[in-house]
Amino acid sequence: MIWNEKYECMPVKEREILQLERLKETVFRAYKNIPYYKKRFDEVKLKPEDIKTLKDIKKIPLTTKDDLRQCYPFKMFAVPIEEIVEIHTSSGTTGKPIVSGYTLNDIEVWGEAMARSLSMAGTTKNDIVQNAYGYGLFTGGLGVHYGARKIGANIVPISAGNTKRQLEIMQDFGTTIITCTPSYALYLAEAAKEEGIDLEKLKLKAGCFGAEMWTEKIREEIEKRLKVLALNIYGLTELMGPGVANECKEKKGLHIFEDHFYPEIVDSETLEPLEEGGKGELVLTNLTRQGMPMLRFRTKDITCFHRSACKCGRTLVRMERITGRSDDMLKIRGVIVFPSQIEKALLEMDGIEPQYQIIVTRPHQLDELEVRVEASQKLFSDEIKIVEQKRKEIEEHLDRSIGIKMKVTLVEPKAIPRSEGKAKRVVDMRNM
Amino acid sequence: MKVKQISVFLENRKGRMLDTLKVLEKAKINIRALSLADSSDYGILRLIVSDADNAKKALEKNKFTVKESEIIAVSVEDKPGGLSHILELLDTAGVNVEYLYAFVEKKDNKAVVVLKTEDLDTGINILKHAKVNILTAKEVYEL
Repeated sequence: MIWNEKYECMPVKEREILQLERLKETVFRAYKNIPYYKKRFDEVKLKPEDIKTLKDIKKIPLTTKDDLRQCYPFKMFAVPIEEIVEIHTSSGTTGKPIVSGYTLNDIEVWGEAMARSLSMAGTTKNDIVQNAYGYGLFTGGLGVHYGARKIGANIVPISAGNTKRQLEIMQDFGTTIITCTPSYALYLAEAAKEEGIDLEKLKLKAGCFGAEMWTEKIREEIEKRLKVLALNIYGLTELMGPGVANECKEKKGLHIFEDHFYPEIVDSETLEPLEEGGKGELVLTNLTRQGMPMLRFRTKDITCFHRSACKCGRTLVRMERITGRSDDMLKIRGVIVFPSQIEKALLEMDGIEPQYQIIVTRPHQLDELEVRVEASQKLFSDEIKIVEQKRKEIEEHLDRSIGIKMKVTLVEPKAIPRSEGKAKRVVDMRNM
Repeated sequence: MKVKQISVFLENRKGRMLDTLKVLEKAKINIRALSLADSSDYGILRLIVSDADNAKKALEKNKFTVKESEIIAVSVEDKPGGLSHILELLDTAGVNVEYLYAFVEKKDNKAVVVLKTEDLDTGINILKHAKVNILTAKEVYEL
């Protein structure tokens, strides 16, 4: 289902004209109203009028999370504070939180982008959307809320957590659409099974899952266990929140809403723009945001683009599922490892629960990687010999797939903490 | 001739064994014999209990990983050479023993040996042939 055919299916050339017009306007406002951008432009002797084509965007200096921290709390706003109607922040786990300000129009745009995303999952005004993203400073809850409201769906703003209640409401209200993190989706399925709930009998049909990295294998597990169509949603607080991109039912990558966000891929080392199809860091520019326009923001998310036509009819570029972040990339004895690679390799094996934890230590000046896996029925035996053999098979498979030795430890079922929000898969105990 | 045994996966963490036993106590399950095999990170607790099915259910309900398997239980004279006689029989026949544990029964001066051979049926046949007193499930549970 296509929410806004005019913009989502627009001929590419026509869209480029629109993008350029919006880009020029945004650059002009950012330069005029945000001292940070004026300074950065002046440093490289760039004037807003130097942006004449879309390709000229690469002349604009990149903005990082650290730059935003320097502007804490309100120095990135391009409008007087009275114009701001809502503020969100990032979780602030890696330092001071990032503040994001929205005008009334920005909230409208957010609702539009989220309406497009939820429509991809088949949401209509006849649906009941159980929104299990956290409400509050986190953008997940309210972002989905605005989109579902725009569609006119029935929103159940249950927020994150309280699993028993989630399951109860799912049954009693007849929820059809669920929104939460993929790890929580798995947890809900697990809890439902424990409660003896037959998910086959529920009306649940689809969900938009995001706010953390996940793999194709996890999608299969969610679809199998929760009996829903599981689509990937992408977004970030700095640019807006969820709804920057979402998968259509073709599941061939996430369509970026390019009329609002201008996407680029840059090499994460040289920071030079890459040719189409090249894998690198996603860089995004707001094209319509008034409150806090971001110019060339480095997302740190690693992906690549596909421009070929999508069966769904949308002409929007598709980005591949995020396979890593340039900042949670692990360097183990010099080898680059992404947690998603470990996840993919693990779930290729039989009998492994999609709950795992990666522990990095450096006991003797050398990095050690430990992967904790729950001892499921299939991995367990009355003989140590057999359990050890299965454990070693996992170790060998990981070694073969990733090219690095790691220790696999079996832990008791449910010993790995289940998360209600973003799952913490990696514990880095090296003091670096 | 085969007797049910349940095995429980235990992390090497303080109090896990006690937690297991508490679950069984609450479910009113009596332990007839047990052994604990351990590696550096985890252990396998093997139990012969009065009611294997209910023990398994109770443990699983408490989120333990449990496996049911079958073993052979034999009764031997509680005197020097009692156990070695059994092992000799199996050894001569070329049957490997995966593990065994034993306990002494005071009432009639017998020792009960619980063992798992590589191939259970072959093990049973050899012992039967040599007229070893193989205990039935009922006999073991009622010890």
